[in-house]
Amino acid sequence: MSAHLTPLPADHLSPVPQAPTVLDVDNLSLSLRNADGLLPIVTDVSFSIRQGEAVALVGESGCGKSITASAIMGIAPENAVIGGTITLNGKVISSLSPRDRRRLCGRHMGFIFQEPMTALHPTLSIGRQMTDTLRHNLGLSHAEATNRAAELLDRVGIPRARDILKGYVHELSGGMRQRVMIALAISCGPSLIIADEPTTALDVTIQAQVLDLLEDMRREFNLAMLFITHDLEVVGDFCEKAVVMYAGDVVERGLSADVVNAPTHPYARGLIDAVPAHDDGRTRLTPILGTVPPVGQWPEGCRFAPRCTRADAQCQTRPALERHGQTDARCWHPLEGIQ
Amino acid sequence: MTTQTVLSVEGLSKSFRAVKAVRDVSFTIPKGKTFGLVGESGSGKSTTARLVLRLVEPTSGAISFRGRNLAGLSARDLRAERRHMQMIFQDPFGSLNPRMSVRDTLVEPQLVHGIGTPAEQLKTAERLLAEVSMPRTALDRYPHEFSGGQRQRIAIARALATNPEMIVADEPVSALDVSVQAQVLNLMRDLQDRHGTTMLFISHDLRVVQFMCDEIGVMYLGEIVEQGPRDRIYGAPAHPYTQALLASAPGKGSGQRARLKGEIPSAHAVPSGCAFRTRCPHAFARCTTEKPVMRDMGGGQKAACHLLDGTPAA
Repeated sequence: MSAHLTPLPADHLSPVPQAPTVLDVDNLSLSLRNADGLLPIVTDVSFSIRQGEAVALVGESGCGKSITASAIMGIAPENAVIGGTITLNGKVISSLSPRDRRRLCGRHMGFIFQEPMTALHPTLSIGRQMTDTLRHNLGLSHAEATNRAAELLDRVGIPRARDILKGYVHELSGGMRQRVMIALAISCGPSLIIADEPTTALDVTIQAQVLDLLEDMRREFNLAMLFITHDLEVVGDFCEKAVVMYAGDVVERGLSADVVNAPTHPYARGLIDAVPAHDDGRTRLTPILGTVPPVGQWPEGCRFAPRCTRADAQCQTRPALERHGQTDARCWHPLEGIQ
Repeated sequence: MTTQTVLSVEGLSKSFRAVKAVRDVSFTIPKGKTFGLVGESGSGKSTTARLVLRLVEPTSGAISFRGRNLAGLSARDLRAERRHMQMIFQDPFGSLNPRMSVRDTLVEPQLVHGIGTPAEQLKTAERLLAEVSMPRTALDRYPHEFSGGQRQRIAIARALATNPEMIVADEPVSALDVSVQAQVLNLMRDLQDRHGTTMLFISHDLRVVQFMCDEIGVMYLGEIVEQGPRDRIYGAPAHPYTQALLASAPGKGSGQRARLKGEIPSAHAVPSGCAFRTRCPHAFARCTTEKPVMRDMGGGQKAACHLLDGTPAA
C-alpha cells in the first residue's frame, strides 16, 4: 500500500507531469432543449489528458459518459446547450464555429466507436473511406493516400492490406472492423483518440488483441486517449487516470489504480463490489440497490444518495468534488479507500 | 448418497446444411446443480441450449430429461414435458410480450399447462412477483414501464410459473448494467436454493460463470474442449483454449494479457484434427492430422488436447 501523507495538488496526479496537456475539459455541462425547457444531462465535468496518457470515463448506461464524449467531439445533438470550456492543444475549441471546429478536429482527433458496422460506411469500399479522409485532411493525392491507407492497415495487423482496401465492411469480422476503425482514427496523425466502448462488442480473446493494439498505437504515436467504458477491470489494465460518472456528474476522479483499488466514493466502491471477481469464492454479490435515476428525475443534493448506504440529512445538499485520500470524490461521507 | 440426474446429454450434434454448429456434446447435470457453458460467439453454446429444449431438432444424439428421452417424444408429449423446463433469455426487451400485462405474462404459462384454477393462477402470479422482489402493483403494468433489470426479474418469475425442474438461462445478465447484474445473479442463486432448481447457464462472461456454476463446459467451434468442476477449470485449466480465455479476461494487468492469435474460424470450414490448432500457441504436427479425444484429468475434469497425452510439444 503506497500512502502519500500530504495530498498532491490535482495537477500532479498525472504520471507524466512534464508532458503537455492535449485535452482540457473545464466545467462542461450539457442540457437538451425540449418543449418543457432545458433538461440537464451532464453537469460540471472537468478533467484533462496529457500527451501519451489514457484517461477512462467510466459509468453505467445513462450516466452521461457518451454524450460527454460527443460534446468533446463536436457531434452533440442539435438541441444540446453546452456550457464550459473545451481546450485542445491550448486552443479553445468549444467556441469555434462548426466549420472551423470540423477542420481542426478532423486532423487532431480520432474516433473509435463501439459498433464499427454502423460507424463505417456500408456501401463505400474501405479504401475509399480511408483515402477520402486522408485526401481531405492532409491534402494527399489519390496515389499517396492509397499507399498510406495500405501502410496503415498493415500497421494495425490486417493481412493482405491492398485486397482489403477494395473490400467492404460487411466482409470483415468484428475484430477486423475495429482494426479498420483504429487505422482510420490514427490516419491523419491526431494528438487525441476518443474511444467509446471500443471492445465491448467483441469476444474476450479479440478484446485482448484490440486493447493490445490500442496500447501499441498510444505508445508509438504518443497519443492522448479518452477511453469510455463501463468495465472497471479494463480501466485498471489500460488507463492511467479514471473519471467515474453517475447521473450526469463526475463522482470520483484520480489515478486509475487508486480508483479501482481504493475508491472513496460509495458508488465507485459499489461498482467494484457488484462484479464477481475471479477467485474470491463469494456466494453472494453486493449489488447497488435500486437503479440509476432517469434524466429529469435526479434527486436534489447528492444524486447517489437514494441508493447509498451512507446517506444522511447532509446529503440533501449537493457535495463538491473534493480531495479525499488519494482521489477526488463528490461525497459528504467518503470511504477511507479500503483495499 | 446418490444424486439424481436431471439432464443427460449424449453425443449431441446439430448441422445446418454444411455448418456444423454443435458437434458431439455430452454432459450431465445433477439435481439442483448449475452447469455452465462458456465460449466466444459462434462456439455453439446457445444452439446447445436450444437443442436441449428441443427448440431446435438435433441432427444426432440423445437428450435424457428426468429419465425420459426427449428426442423420442411426440409433439404433444414434448409440450407437456416443457412444463418442467423453462428458459430465460438475454434480451429482457425482446423476450416479454409488450402487449401483455405482467399479470397475463405470469398467468399464461399456467394456463398453457393447465395448472390451477383462475384464482389460484392469480395467487401464484402474486407470489412469484414477491419472490423476485417486485411490488404487487406491477401486475397491471406492461413491460415498457420497467427497467432492464426489472424486466429480467419478470422473465425469471415467468420461468418459475410452472414450477419447473430445470431452467435454461442464455446470457441472462449480459444486457444489464453491473450494479443491476449483481441483483439478478443473487436473485437467481436464492431462487435456486429455495426451489432446488437445476440450471443450464450460458454466458460469455467468465466471472459470471464462476459465480453461478458448479460445473463448467468450455466450448470452442461447436465442441466442448474441456469440462469439470468450477474450481478445477478456474484453478487448473488443462486445455490451451481455457487457459487463453482465462488469461484474456480483463483485470489481469495488460502485461499478462494472453495474445491468442487470429479469430475463431468459420463453422463452415472446421480445421482438420484439433479445431483449435489454428490459434493454439502449442500446436504441433499431430494436431493437424489427429483429433484429440477427451482425456480424464481426474477430479471430474476432462480435456481434449494432445499435449495431455504426454506427447512432448515441439
